[in-house]
Amino acid sequence: MTITEAPPAARKKAAPEPPAPRAVGSPLPRKEDLRLVMGEGRFLDDLGRDAYEAAFIRSPHARARVLAIDIGPALGVEGLIAVYTYQDLPGRLAEPLPMLIPHPGLTHGRTGYPLAKEYVNHVGEAVVMVVARDRYAAEDACEKITVEYEPLPPVVGIENAFRADELVHPDVPGNVAGHVVQETGDARAAVAAAPYSLELHLDIERSACMPMEGRGVFARWDVADGSLRIYSSTQTSSGVRAAVAAKLELPLLKVECVTPDVGGGFGVKIVHPWPEEVLVPWVARLLDHEVKWTEDRREHFISSAHERGQLQTVRVGFDGRGRILGLDVDILHDNGAYTQYGLIVPLITSTQLLGPYKPGAYRVEFRSLYTNTVMVTPYRGAGRPQGVYAMERTMDSIADHLGLDRADVREANLIRPEEMPYDHGLLFQDGRPLVYDSGDFPASLDKIKKLVGWDEFAAYREQARAEGRRVGIGLAAYVEGTGVGPYEGGHVQIETSGKVYVATGLTSQGQGHETVFAQVVADELGVAVEDVTVTTGDTRRMGYAVGTFASRAAVMSGNAIALAARGVRDKALRIAGEALGVAPRKLEIVQGVVRSRDDPAVSIPLGTVAVLSNPLRYAFDEASKAATQFGGTPDHSRPPVAEGDEPGLEAREFFSPPRATYANGVHAVIVETDPETAEITVLRYCVVHDCGHLLNPMIVEGQVHGGVAQAVGGALYERMHYDESGQLLNASFMDFLMPYASETPVVEIDHLETASPMNPLGIKGAGEAGVIPGTAAFASAIEDAEGFPITKMPIQPCELFRLRQRFEAGEIPPLRRRAGAPNNVDEELCQP
Amino acid sequence: MTEQMHEIELRVNGVLRTATVPSRRLLSDCLRHDLGLTGTHVGCEHGVCGACTVQIDGRPMRSCLMFAVSARGHEITTVEGLADPDGSMHAVQQAFRECHGLQCGFCTPGFLTVIAAYLRDHPDPTEAEAREAIGGNLCRCTGYQNIVKAVLRAARILNEGTDAPVAEEAPR
Ligand code: FES
Ligand code: FES
Repeated sequence: MTITEAPPAARKKAAPEPPAPRAVGSPLPRKEDLRLVMGEGRFLDDLGRDAYEAAFIRSPHARARVLAIDIGPALGVEGLIAVYTYQDLPGRLAEPLPMLIPHPGLTHGRTGYPLAKEYVNHVGEAVVMVVARDRYAAEDACEKITVEYEPLPPVVGIENAFRADELVHPDVPGNVAGHVVQETGDARAAVAAAPYSLELHLDIERSACMPMEGRGVFARWDVADGSLRIYSSTQTSSGVRAAVAAKLELPLLKVECVTPDVGGGFGVKIVHPWPEEVLVPWVARLLDHEVKWTEDRREHFISSAHERGQLQTVRVGFDGRGRILGLDVDILHDNGAYTQYGLIVPLITSTQLLGPYKPGAYRVEFRSLYTNTVMVTPYRGAGRPQGVYAMERTMDSIADHLGLDRADVREANLIRPEEMPYDHGLLFQDGRPLVYDSGDFPASLDKIKKLVGWDEFAAYREQARAEGRRVGIGLAAYVEGTGVGPYEGGHVQIETSGKVYVATGLTSQGQGHETVFAQVVADELGVAVEDVTVTTGDTRRMGYAVGTFASRAAVMSGNAIALAARGVRDKALRIAGEALGVAPRKLEIVQGVVRSRDDPAVSIPLGTVAVLSNPLRYAFDEASKAATQFGGTPDHSRPPVAEGDEPGLEAREFFSPPRATYANGVHAVIVETDPETAEITVLRYCVVHDCGHLLNPMIVEGQVHGGVAQAVGGALYERMHYDESGQLLNASFMDFLMPYASETPVVEIDHLETASPMNPLGIKGAGEAGVIPGTAAFASAIEDAEGFPITKMPIQPCELFRLRQRFEAGEIPPLRRRAGAPNNVDEELCQP
Repeated sequence: MTEQMHEIELRVNGVLRTATVPSRRLLSDCLRHDLGLTGTHVGCEHGVCGACTVQIDGRPMRSCLMFAVSARGHEITTVEGLADPDGSMHAVQQAFRECHGLQCGFCTPGFLTVIAAYLRDHPDPTEAEAREAIGGNLCRCTGYQNIVKAVLRAARILNEGTDAPVAEEAPR
């Protein structure tokens, strides 16, 4: 028997080498950095140098009727190629954009048209598409085109939407897109019967994802092949592909979607198809020429999506130890002009609000309301920051009401590890039961108290006060359902070079998937990380996929890829076993070589196994000769490819868990507020984070850092400033205040690793967690520093300043603990 | 109306390049689309984010705020020109990778060009100075913590060629 490339080494027993260090769990530097730091990344606008470019005329009105469009004056513009309005759209392109996530509670879902049909419903809605030789020429033409509008009174602000004096969509009564009630037990009765009760009115404003790279799409039509290739800066290439194929009435197999390097997403790029994503491919086919559209920053502000805005009313009943007996929450959610992404955000708010706590009886009711503003779709955290804000403000209020320590009240309400899995009796955003799979919430709380020095803080606060300084501490806990279904796939292939190629369908926007998935495969297969190349978000490599959202990539694709790698490993061991005459279970793979556990000298490289896995008629190089029909030592009693087998050393597997897996954590922040200027400074920011096993701790920590920076922005700086006529007044980086390095604190992190029982790798998602409890923690800390309740976030110095004035005027009651109120609890009730 | 075009010569990364551009062509667009140097990114086109930063005669400048025609006669360095001619990474590039100073990588070229210029004049910054040095660039992914670390790490590589890792930054 001759084995190509197998070492002819003397068959004496070699001493077994020490096992290769595991790649999973180590902070390996990222593979993707090699191109990105050299300026060799390929982002959307880096492609299609010769493409025509599109620009859009967008509505300057929040609500208006389009009366007439005059394109005549643009026709002389040099470089102009074509102009399109709604009237030009054929077939299914003329229909509204798809309602991506139907829900029984979404009784009045509405989506826009690729180009406005008769009405515009927010400033920024696309009305006319101009295609020209380049963007400069396209914008020249836009300037010459006049659109005549009949302005209509807009609906701006949640109260106005709820009052419904005007309707955003005339056929949607009360501006209510959707209305959902979920309840376990009789919460209202429980609140009424509780020894203590409180009512809170809370307000949280809009922010937005604001990735540094905006949206963009580039399309190529191959007229000879009748096929379309779309490049999009998206979080779901499979979603874009399916939506565009449907809109253009093309067979799915004639459409491919490739996601290049993506300059951040944070949720907004999961929405699809954007108007531009269907129009650009359509025009590329029509003109038989490459066409590209790259969003500019102003377009991103006024025509992509925002999130967060809600008004919340919380009624809570509790006992003398602060244990919640009944919780009754009412949410008014601003969904903007359209509901293309359904009710996902308020559905998440209403379920994830519960955090690590047992609420007793719980009732939540939300209304999702239309306003004449940019639509609302998930932004990192996706409704959770608002939910955590409601719950944690409630915890703080209970503590203050009873004169108890805020951490103790939380502790009293925690779900204990022995109660896992914990079923809340509600339905989660994926339509499946809200059942926590694992977590040690008391341990998380304990760790944060130690990390931030919770118990020592009162003394520090007093000391600071004596020095004329105001400092405060706040904390907030969360539970995050991560890794929601339905599924992702993994494909792993070993080539005859011994190199491993991996594909998964979901996309990457900076999470380091090329590295972490390579780490997973390296360990599963016994190969070096350097020999593994990962492709994401390319429908040519993996047609079946869902997308990157809900902190699901590592959980879903990571596990699918691990399963596929195990499949390849099994096959490799079987083929190698036949070749070496060793039972597969007596083989191992080390550094890309299959070898006998008993005698490592009996070995065969994986590349050679790949050669043998594919019986050939034609040799193409030296190595492949062994697989040809006259090469090697075939067993003539069997067909070259056994029944049930396939040629090639590859496998494809899908991972589809029954439910989400739940990560958790607690954040604590210490702030100082300037007694004169009300400037808010972050002194410390601490994070305890449990996302199960860490695939790459360096990358997980990076995700936390970035999330916290967005939390700081959302709590202290960022808001979408709409005026009453629906104009977004701060639609630029000059006026929308995202944190620079000077505003972003150093994050101190402690990890807890409770393995998920929901998947083979024991992992939970980590992408969003950093942002989730930030607003709640800041509200808690600022309140602690100031001594009066904070109920509206974000809070800028000018607002804090005004609150102080109102507080001094007696318009705002002090916190009880600051007013020196006696412990509000009947001593008896306090006894454990 | 036909726009007047200008033949311009630019020295980019030590190489003489020519382009034919209208007066309004932004330097960022010229670098990216006329010269094919797409490493320079555009995040806002209004001078706030710093993603488009290149070095003009060694000083960091925002290429979205400059016309291509006004770059005539100046020495331009883009992210593609930071590495050694033999292809080995500049210390800042190496430090960014080691310290996980980037996630999506879109803001990164702007940071790299800023930091490379900064370290030439300030070879031994403190943590606070390192933070200050990157204070004009926006990053939406990293929270800056590892970028600060990368500045210090790059300084150390440049000064000593040492491989000792940089300690965690203390809370401010
Ligand atoms: S693109 Fe030039 S500063 Fe943002
Ligand atoms: S790494 Fe994504 S914006 Fe900085």
